[in-house]
Amino acid sequence: MPSRSIVVVSGGLSQPSSTRMLADRLAEAAVADLTARGVDTVVEVVELRALAHDVVDMTLTGYARPELAAAQSALAGADGVIAVTPVYAASYAGLFKSFVDVLEPGTLAGTPVLLGATGGTARHSLALEHALRPLFAYLRADTVPTSVFAATDDWADAGTDQAQPLPARVRRAAAELAQRVAAREPEVKGGLYDAVPSFEDMLGGA
Amino acid sequence: MQFGIFSVGDVTTDPTTGRTPDDTERVRAMLTIAQHADDAGLDVFATGEHHNPPFVPSSPTTMLGYLAGRTKNIVLSTATTLITTNDPVRLAEEYAMLQVIADGRMDLMMGRGNTGPVYPWFGKDIRQGIPLAIENYALLRRLWEEDVVDWSGKFRTPLQGFTSTPRPLDGVAPFVWHGSIRSPEIAEQAAYYGDGFLHNAIFWPMEHTAQMVNFYRQRYEHHGHGRADQAIVGLGGQVFMRKNSQDAWNEFRPYFDNAPVYGHGPSMEEFTRETPLTVGSPQQVIDRYGAFWEQVGHYQRQMFLMDHAGLPLKTVLEQIDLLAEEVVPVLRKEAEARRPADVPANPPTHAERVAAARAAGQVHTQQVAPADHWTGKAAEDDLDAADAALA
Repeated sequence: MPSRSIVVVSGGLSQPSSTRMLADRLAEAAVADLTARGVDTVVEVVELRALAHDVVDMTLTGYARPELAAAQSALAGADGVIAVTPVYAASYAGLFKSFVDVLEPGTLAGTPVLLGATGGTARHSLALEHALRPLFAYLRADTVPTSVFAATDDWADAGTDQAQPLPARVRRAAAELAQRVAAREPEVKGGLYDAVPSFEDMLGGA
Repeated sequence: MQFGIFSVGDVTTDPTTGRTPDDTERVRAMLTIAQHADDAGLDVFATGEHHNPPFVPSSPTTMLGYLAGRTKNIVLSTATTLITTNDPVRLAEEYAMLQVIADGRMDLMMGRGNTGPVYPWFGKDIRQGIPLAIENYALLRRLWEEDVVDWSGKFRTPLQGFTSTPRPLDGVAPFVWHGSIRSPEIAEQAAYYGDGFLHNAIFWPMEHTAQMVNFYRQRYEHHGHGRADQAIVGLGGQVFMRKNSQDAWNEFRPYFDNAPVYGHGPSMEEFTRETPLTVGSPQQVIDRYGAFWEQVGHYQRQMFLMDHAGLPLKTVLEQIDLLAEEVVPVLRKEAEARRPADVPANPPTHAERVAAARAAGQVHTQQVAPADHWTGKAAEDDLDAADAALA
């Protein structure tokens, strides 16, 4: 069976970042689950901090500089995506949204996506549902039902949520992602030149 | 190989002086620039077409018609003619008129236009950009090639018994290019008709240009117009030169940093590395532009953007002199030396197109009857005249 690619987008801006920590936990759990299903997985991490200038440049010029273009291409070819952002001012970080803004339309259409977010307290948890999930619905991504929010407290042994501690939520969400990734054919995204209609069709349809 | 300049016609404040020309001054500067390019020996001048400030060239054939009378050798062209929002009937008429006035010393480049509101201002929908470009151009060609056209389509009111005048010079339509940055459908359109394809890559990495051009070349061969390497290709470019490279960098940097398109984005160092923008000595321009053929094959036309971002007219004229005196002769010689004998050196001239049409058996006779079936003595008579003619 061909291996599947999981692309992890981490929108954390500090170094080290709890956003990246959550992203890594989710990726490890997804890989473990896929391995158990007999599916080989390749993980690629896109750190938005490193692409911050490229993202702004593309917003202004319309073209992707080489490192951003590589990240966009990885996303277009991903079999599954784990997207994690810090919550700033009740929503995703601006850089995270700017990165999404310059994606080619259709990049994530139909792609299984696991959403994650981090914040100071669990009071920001619903940003995942009122901000990230609608954004990815617009992108026509196949978001998994469980999204994972990690507050600062969650990094303590069991965190404040005794019934559903962070590791349990991570496993459940990762399993949902793994199930979708394993169930679908490996992604073959056509290039710009693969879907050009014949000229006769364009003339006829004009 | 041809070398020319194209103007967007932007009115931009000079960031070093704070001075902004008015529209009249800018139009006159464009006329001066085109005539200077002709005197300097450049091959092509092309004007953009825009319908919103801060751009002045809304009426390309007026400008090019004047220049046809004021210049001697330079080919007059467009960059681009809006095939989406212009009525193809008006394009057929205006550019045939220009062709006759310029005695064939012109061609034109079709583009869709990327300014959203221009579409609704002219009664069109930007989401229909490609279908508009396909249908309008198909009609435009028929209006040039057929004396009497019956036509109906999706985007324009139907035509019955319509003749576009003046008929093209010697019965042969102007040569047409199609320009597109990132729509392979337009490269396919150019290839289908055996027209030229110009990739204006000034804001894009060269790899992207090479992919699009090579797609056009393959499709050109597929549609039976010749080998892929014989397709007619043009590139856009952008340079700023001084004898001393560091002088060029210092002088151009404020214009770069504040330019309308890329200003406040990538640094000039990054942008010159990743796009065709070259800032430096004439030799550095020769080195860079003399190597593009390695990625896109031998091509027929290289255009340069020179009058933009608020550069003063005097500077632009100096740039044209440097280009014409120090860069173009070398690039032209190099291109000619490496060109295979059966690959066209230049885009076809009018005389060559006439010769090809005659060789293909096309005879030029004015088919249109010298009688007017349509015009009444007063506006109120038109309906009666039309009824009589159709009866």
